[in-house]
Amino acid sequence: MSAEPVIALSNIRKEYGRGEAQVNALDGIDLSVAPGEFVMLMGPSGSGKSTCMNLLGCLDTPSSGSYRFRGVEVGSLDREQQALLRRHYIGFVFQGFNLLSRTSALENVELPLLYRGTPKAERRARSLAALEQVGLAERADHTPAELSGGQQQRVAIARAMVTEPSLLLADEPTGNLDSARSEEIMQLLTRLNAEQGLTIVMVTHEPDIARYAHRLVHFRDGRIEEAA
Amino acid sequence: MLWNALLLALRAIRRNVLRSFLTVLGIVIGVGSVIIMVNLGNAATASVTAQIASLGSNMLIVRPGQRRGPGSNEEGAALTLADAEAIRREVPGLAAVAPTANKSMTAVFGNSNWSTTVTGTDNAYRTVRDWALVSGRDFTPGELAGGRAVCIIGDTVRRELIGPGDPIGVRIRLKNIACEVIGLLEPKGQSSMGQDQDDAVLVPLRMFWRRVAGNQDVGAIQLSARDGVATTKVQAQTERLMRERRRIKDGADDDFHVFDMRQITNTLTNTTRSLTGLLGAVAAVSLLVGGIGIMNIMLVSVTERTREIGIRLAIGALGHEVLLQFLVEAVVLAALGGVAGIALALGVSWLASDLMGMPFLVDWGIVLIAFLFSAAVGVVFGYFPARRAARLEPIEALRHE
Repeated sequence: MSAEPVIALSNIRKEYGRGEAQVNALDGIDLSVAPGEFVMLMGPSGSGKSTCMNLLGCLDTPSSGSYRFRGVEVGSLDREQQALLRRHYIGFVFQGFNLLSRTSALENVELPLLYRGTPKAERRARSLAALEQVGLAERADHTPAELSGGQQQRVAIARAMVTEPSLLLADEPTGNLDSARSEEIMQLLTRLNAEQGLTIVMVTHEPDIARYAHRLVHFRDGRIEEAA
Repeated sequence: MLWNALLLALRAIRRNVLRSFLTVLGIVIGVGSVIIMVNLGNAATASVTAQIASLGSNMLIVRPGQRRGPGSNEEGAALTLADAEAIRREVPGLAAVAPTANKSMTAVFGNSNWSTTVTGTDNAYRTVRDWALVSGRDFTPGELAGGRAVCIIGDTVRRELIGPGDPIGVRIRLKNIACEVIGLLEPKGQSSMGQDQDDAVLVPLRMFWRRVAGNQDVGAIQLSARDGVATTKVQAQTERLMRERRRIKDGADDDFHVFDMRQITNTLTNTTRSLTGLLGAVAAVSLLVGGIGIMNIMLVSVTERTREIGIRLAIGALGHEVLLQFLVEAVVLAALGGVAGIALALGVSWLASDLMGMPFLVDWGIVLIAFLFSAAVGVVFGYFPARRAARLEPIEALRHE
């Protein structure tokens, strides 16, 4: 693992609809993220930052352009290979948490390890450790409905971290939280970035939050305005 | 991997207890109702058939007169003992021929009296009707020839008149004739037409002629064909013989009737068979309703499940892993429901046939069909929405509303 960028986007386009109604959500994006970076994507809603995020996570496919993840051309991978890429290298934190309902925090955190085929004892130990790390070890048996928004988001972060991914993608992880909870989440992410060298790409539109980033990327009308 | 899918499927089932329960319930009702209906229909057919068999299914009855539609009954000259003897002699393939004459009479014993049917006949009667003696004996040749006042009684007459215990040797009165009981007939129960067959007193024909009827008429001649002999052939030959004996000209109508019990058997069997068909149709509707119930539950949960599939894909599940989980889930629920439905159906059919005094029959073909249908509905409607969701871009599945 050299200093090769984790992410290298070049001239990425994403179009929705056809003909007159065609919308260019992304209009030729170039972006490179180095290992250990903490990058924030900012911009007004509809500027393409979330679309870009989904492409980075292989949750969606670009209309054209090249996306290299750790030197591998993602466009050349089939669906299953993209899923394996997510499984082994990428952790997700969503604005809407996206935890499985009626499922305990521990089982939610265990899920990615289950798909990786991690043995039961190790699965349990690592999941509990991840919950410990986000300060929710004693809530392991609670279902999402029994947790506050901040706690749910911390469970989601534990689920993203438990596989020790090389890239964490967070789409407005503090969007549904008050400022005190947001602060907690940001400190947690900063710590993970600093201590474990985790590469983080995060979408936000709150300037308060942006100060935690190494680098800000501003989106406007499907283009990157400036790289600061 | 299958083990993993099973683990995931069981977790999903446990997570949605209500949905799982409703799915299982749909299958239980679908499978259960079909099996119960068809089993009960078959049991009813079997019990009717058994009742007909108790009547003697290879039995024919010759009566004077000819039915000409409802209400009008054309009289014909009475039969004679000579007719019975001629039939016995000349119609091949007969097991027994019994001349009979009967009358409704009041039987008296002690303080009890009971209105019953007294039949004058001979020992062939028991052979024709396939009717065993529980105790006592048949008429002796001397009793038959001499017209002695002895009788063989049915179980109902014994119960109503004499009560429990052995009636052999007891003297009862038929109107004013003192009559010694020499035999007790085996209980036969109701006939398929609802008559109590055990409400009967048999006496020697000559005794009946002399002391009861006052003439030498034979009311009916009952015949039974030997096993393997076609009753239709016996019927035709008996008709030809009787026309000859009664000197009926060619082209003239019969003034007697040879009645084939097998015709009744066939009619009744057809009736119960269409009853079973009707029950089966009702059951098929239940199966359909159960199936639609399953379908509903599965489709209603598509939104939730589509999001769930999106989450699973986002955190690294492969499409086929998710599908395998859903398939296993559907199969587990369908199997659970199917087994519960079969168990319920067998329990209910057993209880019902016990209560209604019918045989407990299980049509395993129907059990299989009902099970496969419900299971297929469960699996198809559990699996196909999942397949569609798994083919979406993960982000589409996540955003599904």
